[in-house]
Amino acid sequence: MEILDLGARALAEAVQSGALSATAVLEAYWAHIQATEPQVRAFLHLDVERARARALAIDQAPSHLRRTWPLAGVPVAVKDNIVTEGMPTTAGSRILEGWRSPYTATVVARLEAAGAVVLGKTNLDEFAMGSSTEYSAYHPTVNPWDPKRVPGGSSGGSAAAVAAGMAAVALGSDTGGSIRQPAAYCGVVGLKPTYGRVSRYGLIAFASSLDQIGPIARSVEDAALALGVLAGLDPKDATSVPEPVPDYVAAIDELPSAVRIGVPEEYFGEGIDPAVREVVSAALRRMEAQGATLVPIPMPHTAYAIAAYYLIAPAEASSNLARYDGIRFGFRAGAPDLVRLYEETRARGFGVEVKRRILLGTHVLSAGYYDAYYLQAQRVRTLIRGDFERAFQVVDVVATPTTPDLPFPLGSRSEDPLRMYLSDVFTVTANLAGLPAVSVPAGFVDGLPVGLQLIGPAFSEAELLRTARLVERVAPRMRWPWQQGREGAEAR
Amino acid sequence: MTAGPRYEVIIGLEVHVELKTRTKLFCGCENRFGAPPNTLTCPVCLGLPGVLPVLNREAVAMAARAGLALGCTVREHSRFDRKQYFYPDLPKGYQISQYDHPLCEHGQLRLYDGQGQYRKTVRIRRIHLEEDAGKLNHLGERLSDATGSLVDLNRAGVPLIEIVSEPDLRSGEEARWYLNALRATLAYLDVSDLRMEEGSMRCDANISLRPLDFTGSLADLPRVEVKNLNSVRNVERAIEYEVRRQAAQLSQGLGIERETRGFDDASGRTYSQRSKEEAHDYRYFPEPDLPPLVLTTEQITAWRDSLPSLPDAVREDLTAAGIDPRTVEVVVQDPAAVAYLWAAAQDYGRAEAVANWMLADLARLLNAHRRSYRDCPVPPAELANLLRLIDRGTLSGRMAKEVLEVMFVKGVTAEAAVAQLGVSQISDVDHLRPVVEAVIAEQPKVVADWRAGKEKAIGFLVGQVMKRTAGQANPELVNRLLREVLARQAHPLP
Repeated sequence: MEILDLGARALAEAVQSGALSATAVLEAYWAHIQATEPQVRAFLHLDVERARARALAIDQAPSHLRRTWPLAGVPVAVKDNIVTEGMPTTAGSRILEGWRSPYTATVVARLEAAGAVVLGKTNLDEFAMGSSTEYSAYHPTVNPWDPKRVPGGSSGGSAAAVAAGMAAVALGSDTGGSIRQPAAYCGVVGLKPTYGRVSRYGLIAFASSLDQIGPIARSVEDAALALGVLAGLDPKDATSVPEPVPDYVAAIDELPSAVRIGVPEEYFGEGIDPAVREVVSAALRRMEAQGATLVPIPMPHTAYAIAAYYLIAPAEASSNLARYDGIRFGFRAGAPDLVRLYEETRARGFGVEVKRRILLGTHVLSAGYYDAYYLQAQRVRTLIRGDFERAFQVVDVVATPTTPDLPFPLGSRSEDPLRMYLSDVFTVTANLAGLPAVSVPAGFVDGLPVGLQLIGPAFSEAELLRTARLVERVAPRMRWPWQQGREGAEAR
Repeated sequence: MTAGPRYEVIIGLEVHVELKTRTKLFCGCENRFGAPPNTLTCPVCLGLPGVLPVLNREAVAMAARAGLALGCTVREHSRFDRKQYFYPDLPKGYQISQYDHPLCEHGQLRLYDGQGQYRKTVRIRRIHLEEDAGKLNHLGERLSDATGSLVDLNRAGVPLIEIVSEPDLRSGEEARWYLNALRATLAYLDVSDLRMEEGSMRCDANISLRPLDFTGSLADLPRVEVKNLNSVRNVERAIEYEVRRQAAQLSQGLGIERETRGFDDASGRTYSQRSKEEAHDYRYFPEPDLPPLVLTTEQITAWRDSLPSLPDAVREDLTAAGIDPRTVEVVVQDPAAVAYLWAAAQDYGRAEAVANWMLADLARLLNAHRRSYRDCPVPPAELANLLRLIDRGTLSGRMAKEVLEVMFVKGVTAEAAVAQLGVSQISDVDHLRPVVEAVIAEQPKVVADWRAGKEKAIGFLVGQVMKRTAGQANPELVNRLLREVLARQAHPLP
């Protein structure tokens, strides 16, 4: 068995039992990263020495302790908008070039306490604003399935790293689809938990009321394993919730027998690539054959979601990004006076998409516009939440395509922000409603992955993941990019 | 100016008070004044990327209790908002404050003048909780030629309450009464150091003149805000100056511009800082990192029930104890003084005598040694002892003042101070009688003069006794003893 072919759960069990050393796992990954990363460019920072020290510490730990670590020796990658003491954190922006956080995010601390080995920091659209990772101030990342295409975004580096076999699990953040859309484009599983399920302490804020950290993994099982480590109340995050954390891995042991799946026609209509729709519909039909019930449900306010999202998210972003002023940390432009210092620092430190959203958000919150834009958008948010509440009275989960389209060619949309924004159309509703949602690979169109999204009621991650396993079960078998051309190897 | 004012002065005050919680409002950093720059900071109050605020419950309790003491309604549902502007002392680029759902609303404060006379009741519009900003230290003599500025964020994130009055004040003097009453109430709650010089209490004054024929809403009057007044005296001075300035403008037919002004302590004048056109749009919106602040009725009731005795009630008690209203008005400002007074009065018996000694002599010593009734080296029981020594004739009033100073400086009991000074007044008849007899024996001529009806001669004899006792004899007692001995000599007992 190739180490690279093992999922996170299998790896952790091998390290826990002593069948594999964390060091052996790491070295296998490191060799693969050295061969693969120059093409994919998923990482902004790799720190093999730090990882080696961690792996050694795990191998030297008493075996009775190691056996209790759910992610013992599992190589993980962290999106670079999550702060890590001892490694740079840039959020994909020039304004944080060279900055090192003096503290570590709660999620990273939890991963490490669970035995995970952090490899490095992954690429993203600057401050997580984008859907292709092309807005990274450093370099683009390519889709491991087709290097001419984008991996999606903003967690494009994390999704590409997992799809390319350079990390067993990666952390992403999701404000309007930034975990699920790149997961769909890269053919991996991406979970955005319920708002408040996972601590945001140490996540560089984009839109605080929408942001949520979640795992990106090769399988639903690995995502469940990682979520169990990440989830739970954090006293440092007042918006985290004291809801008990179930054993997600145990919860998905059995497939759901008679799950009721809501299918909103608003998500299958105009604007969707027919080939994508066909893959998703086929998956749903196969789930029906496995005992699921498909229920058409109305989601009448879906049409307003993108508009509401692009008012609320930039409004919060304009506020959250005010601290990048050149005074205390990060990039500072030389200037003769205070106002010019602010202007020059932010003019040169931020990229075009970030500036676009700061302008938009500042306008949305301005005196005289607040009621018409921000308050109105909040009302839409309440209506969208209502759509879901009504749906969950009759179904267990709502199924949609994760994206309306296939991974698009690099450079094809970066000059057309509105078109870029529209690729978030199916994912933003879960953020606006604060609900958990997962993207699962449902099949391929011309060798490009298609994701199916499941959205569940708040804190229903266990049930959601169980249904996601059914998607996984009925989806066509696939080979990972690194397995292509290898005989007999199969991802699952 | 023509006879009589043609306008009414309209003043509202915004008072910022730093709460003396153990830690800051949204992080675990120590809340303390005077530490070396930036030593009381952490990623949260530095506003580093990725941090989140966590609300300090102690600050909520202090703010709510302040509201209750000021007669406010405490909201069961309030909320935090972001007030946004760029300044180097504001690490996040926004201040977490409360905008349209403040913690407390609709209070009132009764104002008394220096004579202890009730004057008026001022309504309090709202009290909200917010975080303080840091501090800039400019390098160079003045801001205009500063070569740079250093940012100290020790104060960033310290909890503040902002107390906003309705525009019910009509003069600088009323503003002074208001601030005194406010400060006294907060002092009883022990929620702040209330030091205006150190910035733990700061005041902005909104001042406008309403022409007597103006019938519109006060909110439509051009309003001048004078910012950052750092003493009660300066609030009064700034208001008086501003009223004169605006009146002069109006009498010249010039309008009043809505603006923000500063106050120059040296010249006693206000000066323009920012006009309406330059006014900030703070772009308030609900703070998404904090859930709404929800308080239970039981919690609010418990806070209300645990309020201490407040100035208005204490004022009544002190007056009922027979203390002069002017004295009451001074004592009532300071809860420690009130506690001291009651303790000493209970021990000694007469509150008024205690109050007089506190106000005259103890206050002078406390001021001179920069101490307060909280840490007064003379405990109330010792002041009571001292007063009893006067009553017994052991000490004269003048001696007692000296004794008190020794008690204060050396921290000793009244008896010990008397012994150290050797000033005890001799009131012991057995001790004085031989001295009196000796003086009479030595001064037969003076005695004869007295017997001949020269009343003044007795004064000389008293003086002689005082001289022999180094001034420590009780003069009244000496006088009485002299007459007694002389009478007995004239009419010897059988």
